[in-house]
Amino acid sequence: MPPLNLIEAVNRALLEEMERDPSVLVFGEDVGKNGGVFRATVGLQEKFGEERCFDTPVAESGIIGAAIGLGVCGFKPVVEFQFSGFMYSGFDQIMTHAARMRNRSRGRFTVPMVIRMPYCGGIRALEHHSESTEAIPAHIPGLKVVIPSNPYDAKGLLISAIRDPDPVIFMEPKRIYRAFRQEVPDGEFIVPLGKANVIQEGADLTIVAWGAMVRETQKALELLAAKSPQTSVELIDLRTIKPFDEETILASVRKTGRLIIVHEAPISFGVGAEIAATVSQKELLSLKSPIERIAGPDITFPYLLQEHLYLVQPERILEGIEKTMSF
Amino acid sequence: MTESQTSQVTSYMSQVQVMNEQGEIVNAPLRPPELTDDKIRELYEKMLFIKIADQKALNLQRQGRMGTYPSVRGQEAIQVASTTLLKNTDWIVPAFRETGAIYMHGMPLKNIYLYWMGNEWGSYAPESVNILPVSIPVGSQMLHAVGIGMAATRKKTDTIAVTYFGDGATSEGDFHEAMNFATLYKTPVIFVCQNNQFAISVPRSKQTASPTLAQKAIAYACEGVQVDGNDLLACYAVCKDAVQRARTEKMPTFIEAVTYRLRDHTTSDDATRYRDAVDHESWKKKDPLLRLQKYLNTKNLWNEKIEQELTEKFETEIQAVAEEAEKIISNPADIFDYTYAEMPERLRQQKEELLEFIKRNPPKTH
Repeated sequence: MPPLNLIEAVNRALLEEMERDPSVLVFGEDVGKNGGVFRATVGLQEKFGEERCFDTPVAESGIIGAAIGLGVCGFKPVVEFQFSGFMYSGFDQIMTHAARMRNRSRGRFTVPMVIRMPYCGGIRALEHHSESTEAIPAHIPGLKVVIPSNPYDAKGLLISAIRDPDPVIFMEPKRIYRAFRQEVPDGEFIVPLGKANVIQEGADLTIVAWGAMVRETQKALELLAAKSPQTSVELIDLRTIKPFDEETILASVRKTGRLIIVHEAPISFGVGAEIAATVSQKELLSLKSPIERIAGPDITFPYLLQEHLYLVQPERILEGIEKTMSF
Repeated sequence: MTESQTSQVTSYMSQVQVMNEQGEIVNAPLRPPELTDDKIRELYEKMLFIKIADQKALNLQRQGRMGTYPSVRGQEAIQVASTTLLKNTDWIVPAFRETGAIYMHGMPLKNIYLYWMGNEWGSYAPESVNILPVSIPVGSQMLHAVGIGMAATRKKTDTIAVTYFGDGATSEGDFHEAMNFATLYKTPVIFVCQNNQFAISVPRSKQTASPTLAQKAIAYACEGVQVDGNDLLACYAVCKDAVQRARTEKMPTFIEAVTYRLRDHTTSDDATRYRDAVDHESWKKKDPLLRLQKYLNTKNLWNEKIEQELTEKFETEIQAVAEEAEKIISNPADIFDYTYAEMPERLRQQKEELLEFIKRNPPKTH
């Protein structure tokens, strides 16, 4: 098996799960003949027919609403929002019904659905195509939110998401869809939901990141290695935003005493705030410096000419590391 | 029903009626043969039961024993007619003013009361009962019926789904997405629009410029029919046609049942603020139960004495159900336990904290 990029890994997960489980259905805008605007669903309609992989009208609420009915009847809909910026017209169905069906029916009805969507900036896209909005679904009880940072995890996490009995929002960092390739095993393997990945162990500082920010942090760590090789950083890829792996983060901070959270989403009321609050509540006495968040500003995402001003650059992460280490 | 009969009950622009307000059969050919006088009497009893159960809910609310409740009074005919032809494998996807329809399809009255008393177990449909929970956000539920229809065609079963909503819901985008998906994917769905003239206070005339709601079906290549929603016989005829279309052709039907909510929007509303008294009086005369009483009386199947006996019998039965519902004590753990299939650790901690807190501070009922 040749190495895969992230979008190919998503495609492999869909293909293998559709092969394994006839109740898995894939639908959304342009996912059929076109194979999705990013080609995530390429070849699926050809292989499984229009009954299992089909194009829908341009109607996000309709897609989720129909998926709820299918889910209640035992199907596993894996639907695609073309971009996360278009999720809002479907969000009423997600929040009002999908997220709470299990609870309000006291377990009689469930919605085992996956909602895939490309998100984040960095590809000079049009307006409404670049936001990072993981905090929005993460705030809704009943939902899970998953973000892979590499092809291996993309496949393993998506398989877990499809097998999960509850609705999962699967956000794909489109900036790294084709950024690099990785060995991704053929056939069945899973990356469990709710478990973070310690990418690199370290003693002085913990950095938590997810999605495309993992790679940007790794670039910052290369800069750091050249500048201050004595600083030892532990890098945690969160992988599941909700429910997040509190244990791994707390254990790391107990060891390092310092924490930086890197996310592309606007800083205020973001996922970083939740992690920071949890760590300060449970590991206050371990902390040697204030918890730092390196994130997007609280502004509307700029058009492509000034997109770079918004994005978290490795140099900003490096400055954050230096600030935290010198506190 | 034959093809020609089907076309007879398709009427986008004017109301199908079989029995008028005086209880006279005005369109005998449309009366399905199985709808004998005895059958009508049987369905009348169901309507009466629903009327009394509805009144009981209003009383319970007034006594502070139930939360806000939306009365179905006046809409009993369409709710009984649209459910009486269903199999128990069929689905109902209700809005919130469907006490009659969901009771008819097997939701225990106890659960219905529990829901409005504020207990989630009221949304729990027993295993053999295919009824989705009440849907309060207007118009958001119809798409689920379409999804259920899509599941039925994929599983190659003859299951159909019936979804309910009001006149106001036809202004919601989800209604249009549901209608569009329903015909595009050839789904066995019946859209039952109970046009009860008001969306809370906003009259039907201010909801849309379309002369009828039924005509909205035309744009989606969907069969549509406007029916006198207070005429049990006409409702039965159009529903029979729709059920047949759904079951055999796997195609949807949009039914606009022209009816009237005889009570307030909910127990929190005061309809005298926005309804015209003269208009209200004229609708009272169109009460779906009244015309059946007149008709059944001419057949010696109904009189005041029978009505009183039935009422007493139902009231006793319903009283017992209400008392049973009130005895059920909510379990605090339940509010956490059904959030996910497997409880995340953080949620487990939150649950534990709350349960410990209420041990130290026994909750005060309010």
